[in-house]
Amino acid sequence: MEGLALLIAASLNAGTALAIAGIGLLINERAGILNLGAEGLMLVAAIAGFATAVHTGNPWLAFGVGMVAGALLASCFGVLVIWLNTNQVATGLALSIFGGGFSAFVGIPYVSEKLGEQPQFNVPFLADIPFIGPALFRQHPMVYIAIVLTAAVAWFLYRTRAGLVLRSIGESPESAHALGYPVRRIRLLAVLAGGAMCGLAGAYVSVIYTPLWIEGMTAGKGWIALALTTFATWRPARVLLGAYLFGGVTMLQFYLQGLGVHVPSQFLSMLPYLSTVVVLVLISRNASWIRANMPASLGKAFFPGS
Amino acid sequence: MTLTTKRSLLARTVWTALAAAAVLAGCGKKEEPPAAAAPASAPVAAASAAPAASAAPLKVAFAYLGPAGDHGWTYAHDQAVKAVQKEYGDKIVTSFVENVPESADAERVFRDMATQGNTLIFGTSFGYMEPMLKVAADFPNAKFEHATGFKQTDNLRSYDSRSYQTAYLAGIIAGKMSKSSIIGVVGSIPVPEVIRNIDAYTLGALSVNPKIKTKVVWVNSWFDPPKETEAAQSLINGGADVLLQNTDSTAVLQTAEKNKKFAFGWDSDMSKFAPTAHLASAIINWAPYYSKAVKEALDGTWKGNTATWWGIKEGANDIVAISDQVPADVKELVAKTKAGIADGSFKVFTGPLADNTGKEVLKAGESADDKMLGGLNFYVKGVEGKVPGGDKK
Repeated sequence: MEGLALLIAASLNAGTALAIAGIGLLINERAGILNLGAEGLMLVAAIAGFATAVHTGNPWLAFGVGMVAGALLASCFGVLVIWLNTNQVATGLALSIFGGGFSAFVGIPYVSEKLGEQPQFNVPFLADIPFIGPALFRQHPMVYIAIVLTAAVAWFLYRTRAGLVLRSIGESPESAHALGYPVRRIRLLAVLAGGAMCGLAGAYVSVIYTPLWIEGMTAGKGWIALALTTFATWRPARVLLGAYLFGGVTMLQFYLQGLGVHVPSQFLSMLPYLSTVVVLVLISRNASWIRANMPASLGKAFFPGS
Repeated sequence: MTLTTKRSLLARTVWTALAAAAVLAGCGKKEEPPAAAAPASAPVAAASAAPAASAAPLKVAFAYLGPAGDHGWTYAHDQAVKAVQKEYGDKIVTSFVENVPESADAERVFRDMATQGNTLIFGTSFGYMEPMLKVAADFPNAKFEHATGFKQTDNLRSYDSRSYQTAYLAGIIAGKMSKSSIIGVVGSIPVPEVIRNIDAYTLGALSVNPKIKTKVVWVNSWFDPPKETEAAQSLINGGADVLLQNTDSTAVLQTAEKNKKFAFGWDSDMSKFAPTAHLASAIINWAPYYSKAVKEALDGTWKGNTATWWGIKEGANDIVAISDQVPADVKELVAKTKAGIADGSFKVFTGPLADNTGKEVLKAGESADDKMLGGLNFYVKGVEGKVPGGDKK
């Protein structure tokens, strides 16, 4: 039982960065912008956050700097695809590759740095409940912030007027433009918000989850977060669920090995990726599911004049 | 938007993601500019045979698996390269390429090195064996040195260290320091080299605590800090309180520190990364071998078709920075065992020895020869689970 509690705790922790980045990308995509640069954003934010943490010792400042770094880089992407109408897929890819190389380059002096120890955080009272305490309430605060962020984004998208405008731009930027909404500016805001959240996720990985800096250390988390938005059919709560599911499968491979279950470890390493593909296939089989939720203008450039 | 275009967008996303991964894997190499450009007037004939007659420095190139600053495997190589450069001064020029993938890309890197006039070329990882064989055949005048491999030709030879000896010493410390009598290993890739270390670590621990059980979790990578962290965490959650890793980063040690458990440094001294969790570091010192190889290349005595396997005796392996938390009598036992390994009076794999299914692998009085060690593919008694892929022989 104790093992199960710890597995749940580790899965929540593993899923947190995916959830934060996934929610950020969801905001982008709801506004019709497909940002394939998530991995690059996360890496640049990871080194920015890590460097901040090394010099100041303050993880919260590191998260802030990571968010700013993510938003800054995303703003370049935003200007390119929103005003200059460059192809979103190509620009996103370029951003991803640039972010990987740039972070490796500026990160050279930080490769051998280490961070001070982070205190363990326990939710008062709740952490002492047997089973539930160790499973759910002894996490880094960012794990809970991810859940709050998800709820906030869901509320924003479905319960506020601004969220409605954002979604309408994602469905039909021409109609929103005809109604007088500043489509390009709103899309830029969405890109900035998405970039900041990818940045937060990146900083979480390098400052808390694996407190060190290594070139390419996010190891594909940005791509998985991109897959998560589709996996979740663009619903915030499902992004969160998907992230934990993915974190769980990732951790399960190690726990099964530790328990001595004789499954080839190579097969277990493959499981998280296999499960993503299977779910994507299942979702894609149901045409109406995708059609009902996928922002209609996703990935398409918008020309206000036409 | 129709469904088909949506689907094609999805497909495109997946393909571009794959392409990006491929491109990223290829990025990140950089070559150190040669410290001093070779004099243009250097006599061409001095390439290999002439024993140190010319003033042209010997060009020596190294291919590294990870970044030079990984503080593990590659770092240990890099330290040795620096030492050799210092030792030979302007007689040699060393250069390196880091992050060389164990794939077809490696062949290009080795070909580049040979084309650029490097006559002594080191590949520091097992996976470079086939690419090096190919390139060595095309450049008969260059000399190739391959770490941890088992194939040799006239101009390609292999070298390795006996890290299982220090893994055994680490095991002695682990056996004494473990409270739960469960120790853990984060395994990289299930090849004989790694399995040997897991077995030696377990044998060392069993020699002082017969109740020891070893749990092993494989991450199937030499260098993947997030995975190493997750694997270490799962071992700790499974009750292991002293960890060893055969992976190349400091992540396992740092995870142990965070959880107030113990762990060892591997390949280089990692004590500063985890002041309280760090019990000792099992290091590899490649400098003696690199010095010997360079000397042979300089004076023309270098010969291919050989395999060198150095250990504690030759100064290639050592256990250093033993923590003050380790009691004095344990330190003494480690020192005594180390001396025994050095003078050959003690061998780690000595019978009677059974694998973890109970099958006897060494009879009493027998000890494993290098051939057996080189292909070792079983867990000794005390290790839980089965060697991945170990069923088929």
